[in-house]
Amino acid sequence: MSVIDTPYSAVEGSALAKARAAITRVPVIYAVLVVLLILIYWRTPAFFQMNSLVAFIRSAAPLIVVAIGQMFVLVSGEIDLSVGSLITVAAALAAKIIDSDSANIGTALLVVIVVAAGVALINAVVTTVFHVPSFATTLAMLLIAQGAISIVTNGAPQGGLTPEFRALGRNNFAETGIPNALLVTIAVVLGSLILLNFTTFGRRVYAVGGNAAAARLSGISVGRIKGACFLICSLCGALGSILLVGFSGMSSLNVGNGFEFQSISAAVLGGVALTGGRGSVFGATAGALALQLVFRLLNLLSLPLPFRLTVQGLIILGAVAVGSVRRSRS
Amino acid sequence: MTPPVLELRGIHKSFSGVRALGDINFKVAAGTVHALCGENGAGKSTLLKILVGAYRPDAGTLLLRGQPVNFRHPSEAQKAGLSIIYQEFNLLPDRTVAQNIFLGRELKRGLLVDGGAMNRATRDLLNGLAIQIDPRAIVGDLRVAQQQLVEIAKALSQNAEILLMDEPTASLAPREVDALLSLVERLRKRGVTIIYISHRLDELFRIADAVTVLKDGTHVATRPLHEVTQQDLVALMVGRELSKLYPPRSSSADVGTPILEVRDLYVSDWLKAISFEVRRGEIVGIAGLEGSGRTFLARALFGAEKLNRGAIRLHGRPLTLRSPADAIRQGIGFVTEDRKREGLVLPMSIRRNIALPSLARRQRAGFIRRGTERTTVRGLSNALDLRAASESLETQFLSGGNQQKVVLAKWLATDAKLIIFDEPTRGIDVGAKASIHALMRDLASRGIGVLMISSELPEIIGMSDRILVMKHGELVAEFAGGDVTEELIMAAATGTTVREVKTSVQASSVEELP
Amino acid sequence: MSALLNSPAPQPDATSDADNITRIAGRFNLRSMGIYLVVLGMALCAALFVPGFATAGNIVNIFQRSVALGLVSIGQTFVIIGGSLDLSVATAISTIGVVSAIMMDNKTENMAVAVGAALLMGIAIGLVNGLIITRLKINAFIATLGTSLILQGILFSGFDNYAGKVPREFQSVAYGDLLGIPLGVYILMAVLIGAWVILRFTPFGYHLFAVGGNRETARLSGVRTDRVIILAHILSGLGAALAAIILIARLRSGGPRIGIGYDLDSIGAVVVGGSLLSGGRGSVFGTLAGVLVVSILANVFNFLNVSAFAQDVLRGVVLIVVVAVYSYRARR
Repeated sequence: MSVIDTPYSAVEGSALAKARAAITRVPVIYAVLVVLLILIYWRTPAFFQMNSLVAFIRSAAPLIVVAIGQMFVLVSGEIDLSVGSLITVAAALAAKIIDSDSANIGTALLVVIVVAAGVALINAVVTTVFHVPSFATTLAMLLIAQGAISIVTNGAPQGGLTPEFRALGRNNFAETGIPNALLVTIAVVLGSLILLNFTTFGRRVYAVGGNAAAARLSGISVGRIKGACFLICSLCGALGSILLVGFSGMSSLNVGNGFEFQSISAAVLGGVALTGGRGSVFGATAGALALQLVFRLLNLLSLPLPFRLTVQGLIILGAVAVGSVRRSRS
Repeated sequence: MTPPVLELRGIHKSFSGVRALGDINFKVAAGTVHALCGENGAGKSTLLKILVGAYRPDAGTLLLRGQPVNFRHPSEAQKAGLSIIYQEFNLLPDRTVAQNIFLGRELKRGLLVDGGAMNRATRDLLNGLAIQIDPRAIVGDLRVAQQQLVEIAKALSQNAEILLMDEPTASLAPREVDALLSLVERLRKRGVTIIYISHRLDELFRIADAVTVLKDGTHVATRPLHEVTQQDLVALMVGRELSKLYPPRSSSADVGTPILEVRDLYVSDWLKAISFEVRRGEIVGIAGLEGSGRTFLARALFGAEKLNRGAIRLHGRPLTLRSPADAIRQGIGFVTEDRKREGLVLPMSIRRNIALPSLARRQRAGFIRRGTERTTVRGLSNALDLRAASESLETQFLSGGNQQKVVLAKWLATDAKLIIFDEPTRGIDVGAKASIHALMRDLASRGIGVLMISSELPEIIGMSDRILVMKHGELVAEFAGGDVTEELIMAAATGTTVREVKTSVQASSVEELP
Repeated sequence: MSALLNSPAPQPDATSDADNITRIAGRFNLRSMGIYLVVLGMALCAALFVPGFATAGNIVNIFQRSVALGLVSIGQTFVIIGGSLDLSVATAISTIGVVSAIMMDNKTENMAVAVGAALLMGIAIGLVNGLIITRLKINAFIATLGTSLILQGILFSGFDNYAGKVPREFQSVAYGDLLGIPLGVYILMAVLIGAWVILRFTPFGYHLFAVGGNRETARLSGVRTDRVIILAHILSGLGAALAAIILIARLRSGGPRIGIGYDLDSIGAVVVGGSLLSGGRGSVFGTLAGVLVVSILANVFNFLNVSAFAQDVLRGVVLIVVVAVYSYRARR
């Protein structure tokens, strides 16, 4: 109720102060990334050989793509927990429709896109029209999607994927040694960079996440922006799914498990704020890479596979704690 | 003679170099109702917060029952018997009246809470105050007026000997006001001291014993109520030297055709029969007390409230206003009252904030034309004299004055034909104020409609070519800029009848002409 | 303030005492009664249309199935009323179950110690959650998600399949009965009544509602909000521990997957039962109704041979619909 504003005298001043402010604002993730690379080099210099790097890119690509999709939703101020089960749904549907016959790839892709869009629509409508918190909506969607796909496939993956379909995740481009997965990832990263930083849409996403009330009073349709972000996330989920099963095949209905939490961890690590309004494509990408490097390190240290869950948990808690400490200090 | 229950000596308080209170001295006698008056911004709320320990004075002493006290936290003030009833209640809507009143001090029998005892104690408390509310009622189901009574009962049950009430009747219907005032009377008979802030002078004259008037953060006068009249109070509250802080008003020759025409507007069961115009070349000011509906009107004109009936025309064209996007598209901008909550996206940069409502104008196939954007933003920054190291700076780091300029710039970037300003210079220092005033006048002379809501009477008088006064959702008066005094406006806003009152340069001398 | 300027015209006319009483009674009844009517309605429809449903044996079965979920959901109710959330219960159940079963090692003399250890683990997990939320100021969703992931990693690294062995005698906890009603149900009822007493009659209960309703108001009234939240999480941990004990008694062993699904299901049961996700309002009896809804649905689906997956879908749909309805009504 104080009528008098307390003016902020912060960074309108010296260059040194500006520099210091700039440094503290750079996400720690890049330093972390460098450290991880050094650690891996120390353990296994062979990692940096071409075939090992290529394999790593193929395995990391799905998470990078999904993390970028999740970033859009987070920046707009919401959260999408359904993307993991969407990945499973997309893969299982593709396998069932293709049924080991490459002629069906087109149909399969169409169906996958439609399903992804449908999921995004439900997420968006329930969250913005019915004002259900997005974590509840997408958490329930997770359950529904998982259950639905299990019904459709009777509990086990049906049909089969053809080598053509898996080409995206598994092969290289033409005769060059460059993996398709790398090209796809670069395309997604570039596309998102452009979308988020150069278009009116991207601006509006940041505005909606930063202050939805002010955004609305600036003429922005908050519901539509959030809906579009959910759509981007779901489509990235579908794409990530294609990359994933391309690389590792479709063995069970668990392929997508945990991707929602991994993508959120990656984004948070990369400086995306859970409260919305802040985040960068490079940050999310770096976060995804860092997470994958951590998993690789755990493998090299011969720690059992499930242990990566523990590490993930510690990382999430650590990153959020650091974030809230930083915020309370500023 | 018994010492006063409360005494303030030399209280000073500043916020970041801006003085809110200076050299406040007065006494409050025990068991009286002591009113505190002054315009918005006179320092009443700040004073209250010092009394309850939410703020600490920079200088001066507060004496409670003759002893100096130094509250570091509101809980200390509460223990000392000082309780405050804010305008926003501090109640739990899903719990009962008794549960709310005894929150944190539940009555126990053994290890368990004794709900029955709490209900009985609450009923006794309420009966003693002649409040007819069932202790078992859920607070969220009660009407606002009843919730306020619960809030008061809660404060009293914590043995408040001094009760501070900040605009308690602001949202009450006349019957509820009566109920509240009789409660205050009963409390006084019990020996509770009440400090009562209100704009509604007629109410003060019903219950207060003494009144203190503040103006611009200083203490003007403290008098027993029987020694003053309403007119005296109004004069004390506003009479001041109108310095030449404002840009010259337009002459009648400069004023042209109507830009905005509002006819018979009814909004949401609150605003009734609003009709007015804003013409080319003029600044129209809207005055009124808090709660009179000014911001609501602004929001309605911006498409943020539901219009029941009425016509709005901009440059002769009828407007459909279903959403802010509609309003912006048709050429209306709105500088909101609370720039941090509704006006700016704080984590975003200056440039992006300025560009936000007009993104569609500077795009090609969805891509932002960054060059054009930079030029536009740079141009506006310069025109508005926006002082910032770089346009990439996040707006949360700016001073109030600069933040307000960013908000103004963003509407200018939309080529708005009418800009509504709600408290345009609230929380802004003198230098930036002058800057913004000059900008507003410039806009008007360039043919952009300027509608200004302000609670600062000098600003309204200094800036407006015409002044509209609102009260309880209706337009009750219109004055021409040159002809009006603060007293006249206040009188219209409070519903006080005014015989002839001469404006005086000295604060306290008033002459009443027969 | 803006709120003041936008306040609608005040409503007319006083309400009498009688009106106020109806409001109290009405409010209490509308929510809880509502959900119990739904339960009864479901039971009635099932009895009429599903052959085999309306037998004593089946009804007992339904309650039997509700015990574990009921125990966890009661714990979850505390946390949600306090404005928090516990997503770690599923992993907690699995972890506690495995450790406890291993401790029992098919020896009756170990039973008591193992049970004690289980309860202690529940308390410890709850304490850790509570501390992370209050000291590190991390929101409950992330905090309990984090602890869940940490535990999962350790759990799945150590155990792939069932582990430990529960002595035959202990199974009576799951399968034994008294007067035709399974022991588990008695345990559930006892815990239910205990929880009700805590919420309704203890200072902690009062403070829990306050903290969930408006943390700042509670704090300004002198309530130790941190302690209240930590204690609520401890109770949730205990709920998980009790559920784990019942489950291992039933399965005769522990496994890293026995808890799967209990996180979402318990939150769902609490929400369906009328507690607000935002905190400040709720009842354990409502939660019990929510649990019964889930159990009856599962029971009916089994009769109709609906696959487990379809049940998942329907549970998700019910959750969304219920939260949307409650959310919509709250905004009117």
